[in-house]
Amino acid sequence: MQLHEYTISELSSLISKKEISILELTQHMLGRIEKLDSELGCYISIVEDQAMEQAAKVQKMLDKGILTSPLTGIPMGIKDNICTEGILTSCGSKMLSNFVPPYNAHVVKKLYNSGSVLLGKLNMDEYAMGSSTESSYFKKTRNPWDTERVPGGSSGGSAAAVVAGEAIYSLGSDTGGSIRQPASFCGCVGLKPTYGLISRFGLVSYASSLDQIGPLTKTVTDCALVLNAIAGHDPMDLTSSRRIHPDYTKALINDVKGMKIGLPREFIDDSVEKNIRDAILNAVKVFTDLGAECVEISIPVMEYVVPTYYIIALAEASSNLARYDGVKFGYRASNPKDILDFCKRTRSEGFGTEVKRRILLGTYVLSSGYYDAYYKKALKARAIITREFNKAFEQCDIIIGPVSPTTAYKIGEKINDPIQMYMEDIFTVPVNIAGLPAMSIPCGLDNNSLPIGLQLLGKRFDEQTIIKTAYTFEQNTEFHNLRPNLNV
Amino acid sequence: MSNYEAVIGLEVHVELKTQTKIFCGCSTEFGSEPNTNVCPVCLGLPGSTIVLNKSVLEYAAKAGLALNCDISLLSKFNRKHYFYPDMPKALQISQLEIPIAIGGHLDIEVEGESKRINIHHIHMEEDAGKLTHQGDTISSALSSLVDYNRSGVPLIEIVSAPDIRSGEEAKAYLEKLKNTLEYTDVSDLRMEQGSLRCDANVSIRPVGSKEFNTKTEIKNLNSFRAVQRAIEYEIERQIEVVEEGGQVLPETRTWDESKGITVAMRVKDEPDYRGMVEPDLPPIEVTPEWVEEIRATLPELPDVKKNRFIMEHGLPAYDAEVITSSRKLAEFYEKTVALGQDAKVVSNWIMGEFLRLLNANNLEITEVKITPEYLAKLLSLVEKGTISGKIGKKVFAEMFEEGKDPEVIIKEKGLVQISDEGQLKQVIQEVMADNPKSVEDYLGGQKKAMGFLVGQVMKATKGQANPGLVNKLLQEALEELA
Ligand SMILES: [Zn+2]
Repeated sequence: MQLHEYTISELSSLISKKEISILELTQHMLGRIEKLDSELGCYISIVEDQAMEQAAKVQKMLDKGILTSPLTGIPMGIKDNICTEGILTSCGSKMLSNFVPPYNAHVVKKLYNSGSVLLGKLNMDEYAMGSSTESSYFKKTRNPWDTERVPGGSSGGSAAAVVAGEAIYSLGSDTGGSIRQPASFCGCVGLKPTYGLISRFGLVSYASSLDQIGPLTKTVTDCALVLNAIAGHDPMDLTSSRRIHPDYTKALINDVKGMKIGLPREFIDDSVEKNIRDAILNAVKVFTDLGAECVEISIPVMEYVVPTYYIIALAEASSNLARYDGVKFGYRASNPKDILDFCKRTRSEGFGTEVKRRILLGTYVLSSGYYDAYYKKALKARAIITREFNKAFEQCDIIIGPVSPTTAYKIGEKINDPIQMYMEDIFTVPVNIAGLPAMSIPCGLDNNSLPIGLQLLGKRFDEQTIIKTAYTFEQNTEFHNLRPNLNV
Repeated sequence: MSNYEAVIGLEVHVELKTQTKIFCGCSTEFGSEPNTNVCPVCLGLPGSTIVLNKSVLEYAAKAGLALNCDISLLSKFNRKHYFYPDMPKALQISQLEIPIAIGGHLDIEVEGESKRINIHHIHMEEDAGKLTHQGDTISSALSSLVDYNRSGVPLIEIVSAPDIRSGEEAKAYLEKLKNTLEYTDVSDLRMEQGSLRCDANVSIRPVGSKEFNTKTEIKNLNSFRAVQRAIEYEIERQIEVVEEGGQVLPETRTWDESKGITVAMRVKDEPDYRGMVEPDLPPIEVTPEWVEEIRATLPELPDVKKNRFIMEHGLPAYDAEVITSSRKLAEFYEKTVALGQDAKVVSNWIMGEFLRLLNANNLEITEVKITPEYLAKLLSLVEKGTISGKIGKKVFAEMFEEGKDPEVIIKEKGLVQISDEGQLKQVIQEVMADNPKSVEDYLGGQKKAMGFLVGQVMKATKGQANPGLVNKLLQEALEELA
């Protein structure tokens, strides 16, 4: 087995036993990226020199016994919308193609402090707007299982890198499924934590009331380890929770006996591909065989979740993206006639099609005359959807279902049909609307040998039940060990 | 004017003098090098989030309570969107739905009549940066520079009800507002530094009408006097427009101080700010106990103080009004009185010499060195007859400039009053000998010659002679000749 195939927990043990050095591991990972990334396109920037320097520094601190975190020496990649001091943070956009932040995001600081080694910044849909990573200004990321297909998005680079062994783990961000859907398309574990569990300080905002940073890993155990490192209150983000988070590795328990697993009938209707439905029902069988009880539930508001999500997300996006006017940072149009021309052209030239579409829609729903009909109504719908999910959790401990109605599709296949792409977010967006935690884990392959993801939805701040359920599934199945054949 | 009445509302922006900005830890200091008091938050860098400065909330609530408002136990921040380079995020964080303070009032006095001006609400918001153009306007400028030091400095906007009816009332309202806020110490209130700004909304209607007509908004008002003049001009202008059969347009107009007119800037097609809930700030909740704690930090406010000076100190209403028109002045007065001096005497000195010298030198009370202790000492010396009142004024002027002990000044300059009868008699004899004509006049029945002779004695003693004694001794000397 090669070093990039190991999990965090395995590497951590090898490192602490001095069976491998952090430099050696980092070197290996950089070599792996060098070999693969021209084809897969996971990274926007690779920070080779910094990675080697950091590896040497961390090794010294480890030797002195100063660093003892399970993440010490573990090479990782970070989605390019999370600020890294001195390193390009482009959001996959021409607009920020020259933006080098003067500060680190809260999560980056935490990971640096734990001794994790940054390899580079990962590709994404422009400003996290998309579900195929095709809207990146820089490059397309290819699905490691079939390079003709998309890796999902918007954290496509983050998912593909973990699965291809170009990073041991990565961070992504999830506004409406942007961690879970690529995790599902690429076959890895992706967690969207409860809104407020992780500081958003340093995450370039798409929709502030929905955005959340989360880990993408090979296993549930690794997910718990990364979550331990990045969760917790940050005084710089007032929406981050003050509650003290538990040690998530304590939830790595192989037991679902007596647990009530809710399966909403809206989650397995005909809109979902048959292969996926079968995989979900198979997962249900795995759980019931282990002594869990499957409860059939119904969430009738499901038909409203996509419009509600898009109205709120795009309204906030139009606001958050107003600051890109070329005055202070980022791309600016040359030879402007006057200030208006300067601002208009900067935004016209700096943003891509999908971002412009979303800004326009968001501006529209906030405009006077439409505000009540759209934005205000969506806020009301949000409250109702949240209430319905909370009610559903009165009948069960966890809800399961698909992540996406389809598996990975061909590059270019859907990019010209935004409505279709928006509709496919149906199973992921309610989680963000209601601020819940949810995880995607591999649960099978379809007829084209493409990964299928199982989504596990938990109560607010109940990541433990998700971790426990997912861990049990992992311990009793082999899906998490499936790897694409990359011929290298 | 007779057929019309004006309807005026004022929007007053007050910069709060907290140490740090509203959503970050940057200093609010005025006059620093451009773009030195900035950070990722107040520059609106991608990824920055905001945190509400607790002091801003306290200061805003304090101002609200001083202006008789109710404090909202739950208030919210919203975003107001517009593109302009002085707004780093192309949006302003303000309170559009539920402001921190609601429904206050101020009582003003105009031409001896008291009138209540209601305050609609007070909300918190962030200030913008400052633009400097190489040219007249941003659209015609060759280039523009922007300084974000002011970006994120906390502001409160105090929005009056449309209760004001004249320029004079507007000025009285502003003076009362400034005076009251000065007592709360939440702002420097310096119009010239922009820490107090005022826009006026003006419309007219036929007397007796209850309708609100199209209003204009007047900007660039750099003094209270300018507010008054601009409103007076604008009322006349609108009447003229209407009387000539025209229509008042919903314009933003700027006050041209040198020409004394308002000039249309742009027709105000009400901009669509696309107000949205601020997603980075949870609603602000405060408890009634917290509000009471803030209320307890309020000092005695000018109206209450004024009444107390009238009732307890026996000051005339006018004196009490002038002295309480400034917190510092009132404190100076009270301390001096507390040192055992007669209230009316202290008031006379403060309203006379003190204010005269302040105005003549264009100083703030905080800038002068004289202390209540020294003023009290000076007044005792006058009362005891150690120096005359006239000399007292000289000594006061010196104290005002140097901050010296009056006793030291008197000693150094040899200003002690001459009360020695022998010495005075001698001077009187000399004066009488030098002015036989006046002596004769007096003896011939022209009593006012007495005043001249007293003056001569004072002159000969450089004003140091005890005037009462001089009177008495001169009288005696003259009567001896009769
Ligand atoms: Zn700042």
